[in-house]
Amino acid sequence: MEWANTFVQGVLIGGLYALFAAGLSLIFGVMRLVNIAHGDLIVLAAFVALVTVQGTGVSPLASMLLVVPLLAALGYGLQRGLFNFTLGKDILPPLLVSFGLSIIIQNGLLEMFTADSRKLNAGAIEVSSFNIGGSIDIGVMPLLMFVSAVAVIGALQYVFYRTALGRAFRTTSDDAEVARMMGLDNRHVFAVAMALSLAVVAVAGVFLAIRTSFDPSSGPARLIFGFEAVVIGGLGNLWGTLAGGVILGVSQAIGARIDPGWQLLAGHVVFLIVLAVRPKGLFPRIEH
Amino acid sequence: MSAVGWQVERATRTSRIAGLAAAVLVIALAAAPWWAGRSDLRLLGELFTYLALASLWNLLAGFTGLVSVGQQAFVGFGGYMLFALAMFAGVPPLLTVPLAGLLGALVAIPVGALVFRLTGAYFAIGTWVVAEVFRLVFAQVSSLGGGSGASLPVAIVRAVASGRTVREWTVYWIALGLALAVLALVYWLLSTRRGLALTAIRDSEEASESLGIDIWRTKFTVYVATAGATAMIGALIFLQKLRISPDAAFSVNDWTAYVIFITVIGGIGTIEGPVIGTIVYFVVRETMADLGSVYLMILGLVAILVMLKAPRGLWGFVAERYGIELFPVRRRLRITCDR
Repeated sequence: MEWANTFVQGVLIGGLYALFAAGLSLIFGVMRLVNIAHGDLIVLAAFVALVTVQGTGVSPLASMLLVVPLLAALGYGLQRGLFNFTLGKDILPPLLVSFGLSIIIQNGLLEMFTADSRKLNAGAIEVSSFNIGGSIDIGVMPLLMFVSAVAVIGALQYVFYRTALGRAFRTTSDDAEVARMMGLDNRHVFAVAMALSLAVVAVAGVFLAIRTSFDPSSGPARLIFGFEAVVIGGLGNLWGTLAGGVILGVSQAIGARIDPGWQLLAGHVVFLIVLAVRPKGLFPRIEH
Repeated sequence: MSAVGWQVERATRTSRIAGLAAAVLVIALAAAPWWAGRSDLRLLGELFTYLALASLWNLLAGFTGLVSVGQQAFVGFGGYMLFALAMFAGVPPLLTVPLAGLLGALVAIPVGALVFRLTGAYFAIGTWVVAEVFRLVFAQVSSLGGGSGASLPVAIVRAVASGRTVREWTVYWIALGLALAVLALVYWLLSTRRGLALTAIRDSEEASESLGIDIWRTKFTVYVATAGATAMIGALIFLQKLRISPDAAFSVNDWTAYVIFITVIGGIGTIEGPVIGTIVYFVVRETMADLGSVYLMILGLVAILVMLKAPRGLWGFVAERYGIELFPVRRRLRITCDR
């Protein structure tokens, strides 16, 4: 029964990992860009939420109303002002530029907020839980995170396959040159994709800040979790990414149960096994 | 009767003069223990390790197209091999350096087989995951100090050389020797057929495959060789520091971020770039050492600007403007007219 509990808690934390991963997956799908600063942007969002909560006294969840549009605007600006100039055949520029950005964000946060660990307190909702039988208690907050992850991924899936914007995404992804001939402004389409990605980053950042303590150096680990979820689930498959996040969360929970030192290691090992056995991920995208 | 002949040559007048100057510089550096102070010697030793790391990373990313952000895996592995071999197997400390290289290359074979399943940017993050795995695994080994690390036992430190001065000189010479060996290796590799194959792969995988180059094998060989050399540098670094911990050994900032910035600013994809980059990095670091994290931000910003505005870095800028090549790997065709 305790193992069942471990499993359930692992699934719930997997939702958060899927949120880390969804934005990464989205921009890779649209412009083949892997943003190494992704994790640091999540932590940046957490700090923006912290400042908002401290400055206005609103609850952490309500701070999303400000953090999400703010980060989305930042994403649009970053893409138009920086990443658009790196896209091309050569993979070096986007990689190295986003790596540089990652170091700048990390050290900028360090200068402004010191290396102290922070946490957002969401109040009573954080400790409330309900029993679903046996020794399994489900926390309201983890459940909210998981449901949000499902909702975010469902929304992204809808945008991608059912809207005009999604059609623009898919067109530029398939062939950027032809998309331009058809009158699409690639620079704008890419910037909207990055804005959407950072909107998801903002949601992930606020939840991260409520769920665990964070500091300026927490970013790379979030990038790695998100990346592992994407690869385990299969590149380009959003629902697969959710499954990947859940698998990662469950592996970590089981690892931590065996020995606290094995929590992160267990997640990485499962990732490496998937890579060895199913290099395209467990649920590779079916080519349409 | 005149015969028109041709001749393929690599050396240029500048490169010959530069070769001569380099020889003089190397002799002067080898004699540094007699003219430099203790702290200068230590700084130079550190400079040589960064020069070697940057040249190796440049070989991977700039010439082979394998952008790794996980080379700290091999730096840390090499460092830990120094401690493990010296403490548990009684290997003389200096001998652990080549052994660490050998073991590093061996461990790179399964690691490479795994991460080579990922391409491009995903390869980059995959190598990072491997480095994290290494860090977490070594943090579990309690006989090597676990998460808090260990110092090299005094008896082993003494076994390096008799007396502190001689030890510091020995470590300095090894650092100089290894840096030169890495530069020579990269230069030699790029002058051979294999080097031509590498640059062909970097420029177009499809075209080079159609010319009969085995891409996977060529890249894999370079990856494993680079890992071995990086592990040797790692062992040397912790022979300089005499203390190791998982966070220091597998630090992404120290062994990858700085190394990438050095290479990018100096000029990625050129042999001279990492040399220029290392010198610039150390000169700037020594003049603005107090800035700490601001210095890293400035480096990141400069690297971004270089990548966007002058992708071939400082050296590329100079080379393009004045047509200089200090380590000539390009082949020139010279038409000779004999009368």
